[in-house]
Amino acid sequence: MASYSTNEFRGGLKVLLDGDPCIILENEYVKPGKGQAFNRVKLRNLNSNRVWERTFKSGESLEAADVVDLDMEYLYTDGEFWHFMMTDGSFEQHAADAKAVGDTVKWLKEQDVYTVTLYNGAPLSVTPPNFVELEVVDTDPGMKGDTAQGGSKPATLSTGAVVNVPLFITIGEVLKVDTRSGEYVGRVKSS
Amino acid sequence: MTLPVWRPTAEQTALKGRARQLAYVRGFFADRDVLEVETPVLGRHGVTDLNLDSISADVSVQGQSGGWLQTSPEYHMKRLLAAGSGPIFQVSKVFRDGERGSRHNPEFSMLEWYRPGFDDQALMNEVADLVCGWLDCDRPKQLTYRDALITLAQVDPFEISDEALKQRCEEWLDPAQLADMGRDGCLDLIMSFVVEPNLGRACPEFLTAYPASQAALARTSEHNGERTAHRFELYIDGLELCNGYWELTDFCEQRRRFEVDNHLREQAGKPAMAKDEAFLAAIEAGLPDCAGVALGLDRLLMLKLGTRDIAEVLSFPFERA
Repeated sequence: MASYSTNEFRGGLKVLLDGDPCIILENEYVKPGKGQAFNRVKLRNLNSNRVWERTFKSGESLEAADVVDLDMEYLYTDGEFWHFMMTDGSFEQHAADAKAVGDTVKWLKEQDVYTVTLYNGAPLSVTPPNFVELEVVDTDPGMKGDTAQGGSKPATLSTGAVVNVPLFITIGEVLKVDTRSGEYVGRVKSS
Repeated sequence: MTLPVWRPTAEQTALKGRARQLAYVRGFFADRDVLEVETPVLGRHGVTDLNLDSISADVSVQGQSGGWLQTSPEYHMKRLLAAGSGPIFQVSKVFRDGERGSRHNPEFSMLEWYRPGFDDQALMNEVADLVCGWLDCDRPKQLTYRDALITLAQVDPFEISDEALKQRCEEWLDPAQLADMGRDGCLDLIMSFVVEPNLGRACPEFLTAYPASQAALARTSEHNGERTAHRFELYIDGLELCNGYWELTDFCEQRRRFEVDNHLREQAGKPAMAKDEAFLAAIEAGLPDCAGVALGLDRLLMLKLGTRDIAEVLSFPFERA
């Protein structure tokens, strides 16, 4: 496997550190004029999701991690694994466990496309698109005369996610939701 | 950054600030009868400094092949001094491989000047005149390297044992990383992460009396029982702005330092650099007693404009160049 020297460090680079795959978040180069140079690096451990801060002497190197992000369609869950299929026409399937799926489970809708991160060929994490469109399956009845302004209530979506929505939203409506903040964006007009 | 790649990273105000700064510098030295000179940016020799990596150039001319982009105009300017130039200054582009960060770009603008008859104290005064006249800041105070490390890092650079120094560095590096690091490397680490960020905060500060092992091309003398270098750096708001010496004029000592440098380079797995014999010959012929200093003009402009990122004062940092 290739390795990267500190001169090649940049945000987004995937490396192996202490045996774990990590993604470089920030790389700060520090050097007194005539002195030894160092790189202070922030990395996210892709296994634990923890952020690490490490110092390297300039010129040191880290092994590259075999980590790739791929688009895959969510198929179904058997309760233990969540099954995804490549969208490149290969029909290749991958099974992600609960740890890999993590919080994304509440946004998983069959036939929608997600980013599956593979480490050494196995799913490491699943990332939803920034916006998803999901149907409301449960919420308090919409009150007559309510307008767009003022007040909100919880609504349960088809995937189990609960989001705060305006009072006029009713069961059966399809909503656009921002998965990064978990916030309601708007109603999707039915076609 | 979402700026299209063709766009400069400096705003118009920074471009104008740079032009004004250059005019200010030229006026400053014209008033003092210091001659502006130009020396080669492309030379046939690089530097032997352990921690400076010259960028090689693929040149082939009249049977001479190979060249180096200069990391500083120092060697050429000292040859002018030896030839009787009198006081000189230069604004030039200099090049250092591998250096890119919020305060570094592999190509940057250096103001370097030499004053025959000055010692480090006299030159520090002139640096203060130039910098304070431009930034309108307080006159710098002086702080020795030793006092700075004791006060800010509780490390006495002259007394601490090798073992204790390495232990202190385990705050940042693990023992395997520290194994091949010498005292100066460890001190550089503490300097970078603990001392520097706190220098020049209340008012500008000159750091003086560096350990003799970090003398570079400065002369050394006994100071409070320790051999220290007549070398100074100016810090403002944690930013290193310049590096100056009461220059070494001793030919034998100069040659010896080149050899020590190359020895350290080999230990660190870096290629040895050919000694610049023309430079050595000039020192042997006689470098007048002088002090010299190199000041980063991009950083000076950063301070003037109050920015913390060098890209904001460069038209095009390397990745856009």
